[in-house]
Order: sequence, then C-alpha cells, then structure tokens
Amino acid sequence: MQLTVNGTRHEVDVEGDMPLLWVLRDELGITGVKYGCGIAACGACTVHINGEAVRSCQVAAEDVDGDVVTIEGLGTPDAMHAVQAAWAAEQVAQCGYCQSGQMMQAAALLSQNASPTDEEIYDAMNGNLCRCGTYPRIKAAVKAAAKAMEG
Amino acid sequence: MGKVKTIARRSFLIGSAAIAGGVAFGVWRYKTPYANPLLGGLAEGEAALTPYVKIDAQGVTLITPRADKGQGVYHVQAALIAEELDIDLSAIKVDPGPPDKAYWNGALAAEAAEFSVPAAGAVQNGTEHVLGAVMKFIGLQITGGSSSVADGFDKLRAAGASARETLKLAASERLNVSVDRLRTENGKVIAPDGSEVAYTELAEAVAKLEPVRDVALRSPEQWRYIGKPMQRIDIVAKSTGTQGYGIDAAVEGMVHATVLLNPAQGGGIESFDASAAEAMRGVKAVVPITGGVGVVADNTWRAFQAAEAVEAVWSEARMPATMDDHWGALSAAFNADQQDSRQRDDGDVEAAMAGADVHEAEFRAPYLAHAPLEPINAIVRVDEDAVEVWTGTQIPRFVQANIEKITGITADKVTVHVLMMGGSFGHRLEDDVVRQATEIAMQMRGTPVKLTYKREQDMTHDYTRQIALARARGTVKNGRVESYDLGIAMPSVTVSQMGRQGLSMPGPDSQIVAGAWEQPFAVPNLRVTGYRAGQLAPISSWRSVGASSNGFFYNAGLEELIEKAGADPLEERLRLCSDPVARKVLEAVGEMSGWSGSSMGEGRGRGVAFTRSFGVPCAEVVEVTNTEDGIRIDKVYVAADVGRVVDPVNFENQVQGGVVFGLGHAMNCEITYVGGVAEQENFDSFEGMRLAQCPEIVVRGLENGDKVLGIGEPPVPPAAPALAAAIYAATGVRLLEMPFSKYVDFA
Repeated sequence: MQLTVNGTRHEVDVEGDMPLLWVLRDELGITGVKYGCGIAACGACTVHINGEAVRSCQVAAEDVDGDVVTIEGLGTPDAMHAVQAAWAAEQVAQCGYCQSGQMMQAAALLSQNASPTDEEIYDAMNGNLCRCGTYPRIKAAVKAAAKAMEG
Repeated sequence: MGKVKTIARRSFLIGSAAIAGGVAFGVWRYKTPYANPLLGGLAEGEAALTPYVKIDAQGVTLITPRADKGQGVYHVQAALIAEELDIDLSAIKVDPGPPDKAYWNGALAAEAAEFSVPAAGAVQNGTEHVLGAVMKFIGLQITGGSSSVADGFDKLRAAGASARETLKLAASERLNVSVDRLRTENGKVIAPDGSEVAYTELAEAVAKLEPVRDVALRSPEQWRYIGKPMQRIDIVAKSTGTQGYGIDAAVEGMVHATVLLNPAQGGGIESFDASAAEAMRGVKAVVPITGGVGVVADNTWRAFQAAEAVEAVWSEARMPATMDDHWGALSAAFNADQQDSRQRDDGDVEAAMAGADVHEAEFRAPYLAHAPLEPINAIVRVDEDAVEVWTGTQIPRFVQANIEKITGITADKVTVHVLMMGGSFGHRLEDDVVRQATEIAMQMRGTPVKLTYKREQDMTHDYTRQIALARARGTVKNGRVESYDLGIAMPSVTVSQMGRQGLSMPGPDSQIVAGAWEQPFAVPNLRVTGYRAGQLAPISSWRSVGASSNGFFYNAGLEELIEKAGADPLEERLRLCSDPVARKVLEAVGEMSGWSGSSMGEGRGRGVAFTRSFGVPCAEVVEVTNTEDGIRIDKVYVAADVGRVVDPVNFENQVQGGVVFGLGHAMNCEITYVGGVAEQENFDSFEGMRLAQCPEIVVRGLENGDKVLGIGEPPVPPAAPALAAAIYAATGVRLLEMPFSKYVDFA
C-alpha cells in the first residue's frame, strides 16, 4: 500500500492491521514518533493525519486516509515550527521521550484554535502523559507558541 | 562555598598516572590506581587529558560517566567542565564513555557511609574513604542517589582546569610565550600579540606532557556558567524529535525481538508451543530464555503479535498469594528478631510514654512501578569472541559482568554503548533486558538482536518500589510534641537489588529508615527503628528509594502528634528543627506560601511537609480545594537547599518533575500482586498525574548548605505527606495509606 509521510510517498508491504506507529518506526525508519503504551493511554505516538492529531498506535495501516505528518515533518532543528521553538525556549524536555507527541498534539490544537483558553489547553493535552512531570513547562510552551503564531 | 579551592594532590588527584593526564581520584592514592580508561581506545594523534576530557583534531569531547535518563546530567556535567576549560557549551561533544572502574561513584559511597556512623558525619573520621574504597573495589559505576552533581562538582571542574593549564603549557612551547602570559577563550589558547592556537591543534603535543595539577579553581565571581540559566545541550534535539533513544537505535542487519515472560514475576517456564507463532508473517525464531521465551521477527509489532500466540506452561510463582499476605509479612516483622536498625534513639521514648495518653497510627505505602515512558530495550550482538551492546543503562559494568556469566566471553570483550534514556526513575538500575537479549542473541550469533518490551511486559515485570508499613506512637505535653516512636517495616531493597547482581549486602539496610532516622527535628524523646521483612516481591530503587515511603510515614506520624498538641504544623516543625540549613528551608516555604495555618476557608486547606534525603533539605506546601469533582491541587511551593544550584532552569524543572512524580503516585498509583501477577499492566490502570491536574509549582533553591548536592530525588518524599495534610485540612479525611484515591476522589 502507499503512504504519504511528511510529503514523501512510500510504498509499504505490510499487513492491513499493522498500526501506523510500527509502519513508521520499523518499516520507514521514522523514529521521532514514539511507542509508549500501545493502547492510546499515553499519547507518545501522536501524529497528524489530514491535520488531525491521532494516536498512531490505534490507526491500522489500511485505515490511513490522508497525508501523515510526524514531528520530523512539523519542523527541523534548522527550521523549527513555532511549537518546537516554544518547546526549546521554555526548555520543556527532561527525558524528552513524550515530547514529540506533546508537540504534535499542541500543534494540532493551535492550528484549529489560535488562542485557546487554559481549559481548552487542558482538554486537548490531557491525554498526553509525561512521566518526568514537565506539565508546568508544557502549559507555558503552548501559550508561548500561541502568542508567537498570533504575531 | 565560595572559597577558591586548590587541586591538592592529597585531596582527590594523585600525583602521577600512567600517561600524560592520567588523573585518578581520592582514595586511589592508597591503592593501585586504575589505568586511564580512555587510553585503550585512543587513536594516534589523540590525547587523553583526564578521564573526563578527550581532545583530538576534531574537537573536544567530554566523557561524562553518568547516564542521562532525562535529569540533564550530560548537560550539567558538560557545564562543570566547560566552566574551567573555556570552551563554548555548544561546541562540546558528549560521550558517556566506556564502562570503567575509574568512574567509581564516590558520592554514593559517602551516602552509604553516612549511615554507619552516628551524627558526627562520615567525612571527619574518614569513614567515607574506607567505604569509598570498597565501592571503588567493586567498581560501582552507577548513576543514582542524586549523586552525579555531588560526585562531579569538584572532579569535573578540576578536570577542566587541569586540561586548560596543560593546553597552555603545550601552547607555550608552540608559541614560545611563557604560560603566565597566555589566556584561553572559546577553545583556543591566545597570546598577548593576538596569535592563537586551537585546542584541537595541540592534541598531539599535549599527549607528551605531564598534566598540570596544582591549579586553583575559579571563584564563584568568575563563573560563566554555574548558577546562571543555560540552554540544555540536548534541548533542540528533544524539541524536534531528533534525539535518538535506545529504542530508536539501529544496527546493520538487526532483527526485532520481544519477550513473553511468566506473568508471575520471577516465575519459570515449564514448556511452550510456538507452532502458531512461528507460522506468522515475519517471525524468524521463537527461543527459550530464562523465565519465558524470546520471539524474533523482522518488525517489533510482528514480534509482539507472535508473542501473544505462544502457548506456554508456567511454573508456580514464588511470591505470597495475596496482598493480604504481603501486608501480613510486614505486620509480623515488628519484632526484636527482625529489628534491622535503631540509628536514632534520643531521650527515653518508653519512659515518656509510660502512663501518658499515647496516640498511635499505622501507615502504608504500596508497590509502585517505575514505568519510564520509553519501554526498556537493548540491542545485543554476540560474536564468537566478543559482544557488543547498545542500551540505556545506569549500570554498564554490571551489564558487562552479567554478559560474561551468560556467554563466557570475558567482560573486557564486551563493548557497551550507553544510549540516551527516555526516563528511568531507577528502572535502568536493572539489566534483565540485556541478559534476555543476550540469551536470544547467543542462539543467533553474529546477528544483532534488538529486544523491545511491550508496555504490559515492562510494567508487570518491573522490580517495583518497596511495599512498606509504619507504626507511629507518640505523646504531647504543654502544646508540644514530647515523644515520637516510629517503626518502619519493609523488605530490604538493597538486598533484593544487589542480590540480582550476585552481591550479598551484610549489615543493616539504611534504606529501611532513610528519610526518617536522620531528620533534623529534636523531639525530646525520639526513636526510629527499622524492621526487615523477608523478601516478598522483588524490589528495586525507585526515585528517592527508602525515603519515597518513609518521607510520608515520618511526616504523617509527626503531623498527627502536632495536631494532638494543638500546634501549628509549620511552627512546630520550626520549633523542633535542629539544623540551621533545614530551618531556612522551612522558613522559606512558609514565606513563599504566606503560611497562616492549615485552614484556608471553606473546602480549602494547605499542608506542609519536610524531608531531608540524599543530604538535601526540602520543604513543600500544598494547597487544595475540595470541589464537586473531587480534590483539586491548586498550588505547590517548594524550597530546597543543594548548596549550589548549578543551572537554575534544570533545577526548577527537576523540582517540578519530582513534585509531580511524588503527587501523582500518591494520588492514584499502586501495583498489586495476585499469585505473583501484577494486576496493573498499562497507563490506564497506573496513571499518575495528568496535565489538567498539575498545579502551579513555585520553586526556590537555597544555597546555605556546605556541600553541592543533586536534586533529582529530594523533591519526591515531601510531596505525598504535604498533600495528605492539605486534604485533611480541606475535608477532615485523614489519609493513612497511599494511594489516596482509595479514600478521596481527585478532580
């Protein structure tokens, strides 16, 4: 089957029920997307499909119905997305393992809601677990990114 | 702090080493020093100045012997060296270095020594060095105990200073300018006339020189990095998804494996039928390993799927059948035969309680999983006479030793590449994953086997935080706490953990009473007794170890007595406080929170708690509101004294994370075993704190202590008791057992 990831078209030969997460990681070598729980309880595997934040561990390869964007497609170290720049400026990461998913979730939120309230941020981000406890900085970074994108 | 220190040969550098720059530390002086571990791997044209600094034509590499699991220790260590070496932080490469005895962890040894000598302290009487020598002998290159900063603060700056001065010596010969007229800046030695020579160009020349050792370290006024906000060296990578972790590593020709283990922790396997699994797409092999099977495929998910299809007959669990049995074993341990330690026995507790109105309470702390978000993993390739390992580990030397035991290939032929870890909290002080990957790789020599645990296997086969039970008794007199007798029962985490490494640990286990026996409160009659239960579930070090349960016990017991006395929780702690550094921490948190008693009006309340752990006094005030949806944590104030805050940004982040970790587990986490099988498998049933529940956390770092200490663990122990006290103030519900969600709802 064919998948478009970060603007590149790929031909993959996988079972229809292989989760997108593992197609990305093991078949395409795109490792910014992380495996954390496999049951949509942590959000580490969050990617965008058609601009929507989804848990790639729950999306079967055969059900992918649009272009996939991973953290690598959001921005790069030399050309960071506003959300990534805010994450760096606020120095959010500790171990950093959950942060790809956190940033993908935040980017999807801000693309749909340019200036979310605290409650809207909480609702959108609450499914993304951070075991290191960087939540205070995640909240600050989402707000900083919203502000930067406004300007 | 604040004095200019000279690198004295007699303190922690020895006079000469095998090569130019072979620098050894501390007690090596009276034992044969280990050879400089970097020499073996050096190519022609490279010079190793110390075990911490490598310079070649490509640049400067800081060899940081402590593993980074998210606490920023690569960054902090790099900053300590850069402070003296005059090189830009961003120009530095970081390499965790080869496992070697030379990286023994002196600060952990000091922590252990502290216990065996009463109050006077280990340093004065030299005990630190004796135990340090033992640890060095074992060659414990361990990352743990919040010890990296304590261990490295002087050593790493000294390494940087020694390197700098030796580079100047080499440049002096090259430029024909006397050393005292040379200066260093941004990776270069510069002469008065402006001519300069890069460190990289001096690599070969430096290799032939004796290192300059007697260098005065810079005074705090001269510091460029220490104490100032810095950008973590890994922050861009971790903000763009480009940071590689162990689970992302790829080696040419590797296969993907997972394990299916006896659901009962530590149980064996009788037999298995892999015929269905072997017929599945991509499956390459299903092989027996200790306690289960290894499933090898061409893709991680295919290995996961195939593992589900393996039919296995498991051996009986070697654990008590029910949680009641676990708790019963702790209850039964409160007897003279099982007394493990009584390091604190001030005044006369029994006399004070005779005939008095004695208040009693019992407290419980459950098993907890470490559950870092990156499931554990390792790549191992076993060749005919060598082994190569890629993994995130805190114990690289144990890894080498265990691979030698499994393969018969000697440890010096085992290369360990330590990779970035997606969290640990103590999880990666265990190495089952490497042993299992080795067992699989033994059965397919020459092929790199990447073993990734499924989350469910990881959580149910974790070596959990200890279960613990405490009994507190006490009396009050004239509005004051008059006596406090605290007994704590738990299995020995040290025996369990080190036992898996083949080490026996004689003597009492300080962790049974850590966070309780050494607290700086002068209750006139005060006794802390540790009781050792037999081994139940296998357990391991969990962020803040013994203090993670005992900080709750000590504070919760004291809190009840303070209430009985009718005293204010903060005022009474201040009155009892016997240590000036700890007192300032309590005063700070009181001032920050505007403390005016526990009550905050209808449905609201605040609580305070204090624990000194890993030498760091840490006080926290938690404020809560009892809402229609349950308890909401509004705000937390934290003050802690680490002697010197190396990086205020990383400090704040570590403290906030420690508070979230302590609160989240106290709120809703436990691991319960039925027939040895953990009932919680994933983050749906072992959740911790979510973003919407996270309060504002205000942090202040104090610098009154005379030792530089780490902050990774100390914020954890006071969080749970401060929360319990706040909930009591808001609701009247006294919480004696974690997790608190058994008794109250959280919004």
